[in-house]
Amino acid sequence: MNHSIMGVINLIHEPEEMERLTAVRCAATVPFGARYRLIDFVLSGMVNSGVSKVAVFAHTKYRSLMDHLESGRHWDLHHRQSGLFVLPPATGDIRELSRGDLYYFYQNRDYFDRTSSEYVIISRSHMVCNVDLQPALAAHKERGADITVVCKRMTDTMGGAARKVRLDGNGRIVAMQDHYGRMDSEIVSMEMYLMRKDLLLELVETSLAQGEDHLVRHAIMSRLRQLNVQAHMYDGYLGIVNTVESYFRNHMKLLNAEAQHELFSRPGPIFTKLKDEPPSRYLDNARVVNSLVADGCVIEGTVEDSVLFRGVKIGKGAVVRNSIVMQNSVIGEQAYLERCILDKDVRIASGRDIRGTEGAPFMAAKRKVV
Amino acid sequence: MARKEMIAMLLAGGEGKRLGVLTTDLAKPAVHFGGKYRIIDFALSNCAHSGIDTVGVLTQYQPLVLNRYLGIGSPWGLDRQDGGMSILPPHMKPKGGAWYEGTANAIYQNMDFIDSYDPEYVLIISGDHIYKMDYGQMLAAHKRTEADVTVAGIEVPWKEASRFGIMRTGEEGRITDFEEKPKLPSNNLASMGIYIFAWPVLRQFLIRDEGNRVSSHDFGKDVIPAMLNGGVKLCAYAFHGYWKDVGTIDSLWEANMDLIAERPPLDLFSRDWRIYSVNPNRPPQLIAPQAKISSSLVTEGCVIEGEVSRSVLSSGVHIGLDSIVVESVVMPNAKIGRGARLYRAIIGEGAAVGDGEQIGREGDETITVVASGERNNWGPELKEVKNL
Repeated sequence: MNHSIMGVINLIHEPEEMERLTAVRCAATVPFGARYRLIDFVLSGMVNSGVSKVAVFAHTKYRSLMDHLESGRHWDLHHRQSGLFVLPPATGDIRELSRGDLYYFYQNRDYFDRTSSEYVIISRSHMVCNVDLQPALAAHKERGADITVVCKRMTDTMGGAARKVRLDGNGRIVAMQDHYGRMDSEIVSMEMYLMRKDLLLELVETSLAQGEDHLVRHAIMSRLRQLNVQAHMYDGYLGIVNTVESYFRNHMKLLNAEAQHELFSRPGPIFTKLKDEPPSRYLDNARVVNSLVADGCVIEGTVEDSVLFRGVKIGKGAVVRNSIVMQNSVIGEQAYLERCILDKDVRIASGRDIRGTEGAPFMAAKRKVV
Repeated sequence: MARKEMIAMLLAGGEGKRLGVLTTDLAKPAVHFGGKYRIIDFALSNCAHSGIDTVGVLTQYQPLVLNRYLGIGSPWGLDRQDGGMSILPPHMKPKGGAWYEGTANAIYQNMDFIDSYDPEYVLIISGDHIYKMDYGQMLAAHKRTEADVTVAGIEVPWKEASRFGIMRTGEEGRITDFEEKPKLPSNNLASMGIYIFAWPVLRQFLIRDEGNRVSSHDFGKDVIPAMLNGGVKLCAYAFHGYWKDVGTIDSLWEANMDLIAERPPLDLFSRDWRIYSVNPNRPPQLIAPQAKISSSLVTEGCVIEGEVSRSVLSSGVHIGLDSIVVESVVMPNAKIGRGARLYRAIIGEGAAVGDGEQIGREGDETITVVASGERNNWGPELKEVKNL
């Protein structure tokens, strides 16, 4: 068992513009890919890379997060030698919620002190990927890096917002800009930062002492000259899922068998909370093509180019095209849906005709009746 | 240990000979069923929903897969501080040891286990049946009739009655006759092999049966008849739901087909009596652009490129392009190549059916079985299990 890296999934002020999808939940628990939640991807990547202690810095709207993660057993993080630690804000003063993430690192410094791991990997939850961190750690040591940032060369972020970086000829990051700059670079940061634990704690203390409280913007971006910050290039599937557009387009991309296999199964499996759903039932009149379907669905209508989460019911004669339908939603008979994102427990009445567009899919919030 | 009102003893050591190649390397209760279950899930889920928190699982034949599957009983809520699931294999004792010889002997050999909970009642069930049943209601009936023994019974078609233990009852359901597999059945109320015993009564009869040299140490053949002759009060508890013994290839296939009937007699989707199982973590079902699926159950991890109708597919099954699968049961991780034809086939776990191969014939009623994980070839090597 590899105890040399500990993980932090940092949900403090996670940048996202997912509208109704995050009305009642944090970005980390936005359902994704028929049976997962966004956080499953980085969390599984860490576990598959041998990280056996992971802290999740919960911030706001984290009820669904607690429900999803439970004891960590679905990721094998509930053992004597491992652990999942969900750390919500330890404050009695609501104004402190607006403080930057370094403040939370500082608040939880005991957690870092108590863990014997030499390295720490800090990530966000909205990078949908299947990453192996061991090669990143090997490169980190080999290049004598202070910080290694997992990056991806990407020409089209499909509407997702990410930081861009510029490298010198040796893979060192010489410039990094915030999410909406104009830097001419095809390399995006996957917001995964690998460093020695003691460097992190040092950055936390010195930055806070200077009145700065954002890890990346303050502690890292301002020290690109002093610190050797290296990029480690990842070449698997990456979806930057923090806007509605990228949420929708990444789902459509996953209808491709190769993309799906790359994300869900290579190099390791993506784990998620398991549920006791029966297999999906396709009735006599069902017609399902080019779609991803989770268990527990009952399908009597037509489904094309769509993603169905667990327990979705598609009524007789209903047609669902280019849509994402989340857990336990019910589509009435003869309804027609095109380019829709339906959150959990949505009910579409019989005969309704609802069409969104590629740029602006129709969205129905959780439990909405349409 | 805290006293328990009722504990369950689940007989799961059966070889399941009549399932042929499907039970070569696993016990019958571990055979896959209904896409994402194993047969034993039904009895264990019934325990979970009936409020039974202490279950002894008696294993003997090929227990590896079953043991690994059961683990510490978590999927059925049986990972408890007090009680929970205990796997009970045959074992050595100071005066030697022996295999379980018959169902009653298996319980006899574990009397210590039962005594440690000092229960009022012991429920005997087996891991061979597909059904949903509230054992709590059966216990209530047992108390109401003030019986020493209650035997669950179901009416079966007369022509099948000679396959079962047949009961005749008098007033208040009191059992007057019990005949194991009678040639000329006098009734059609069949024993489901589910018993509630007052533990002191059962204990006494198990010891007596053990001393009987001509006994085969079987509940239906020996213990129940002995109790009837011994003046014990036995009552029948009539069950009116779906119940299927899946001990043969035909009945296993039929029970799978029952799940995809237009109105399935056993509802896997009802939320108040979920069947729990060990859920595999697999990606969602990938239904390719060329796929066609109707009247079927499909499970996560499947990749469907061909045509599937009236079939049950377990997790991780791959149906290749231009293949046609009809009225078949495909167990986990089986791979069906391109352009294959399956009619009334049961494909074992991890089996591979090559491109263009044909298993079973259209219009033929016979169920064809392909053994687990074996490469299937054309013609003579094909393992066929005829109707029994």
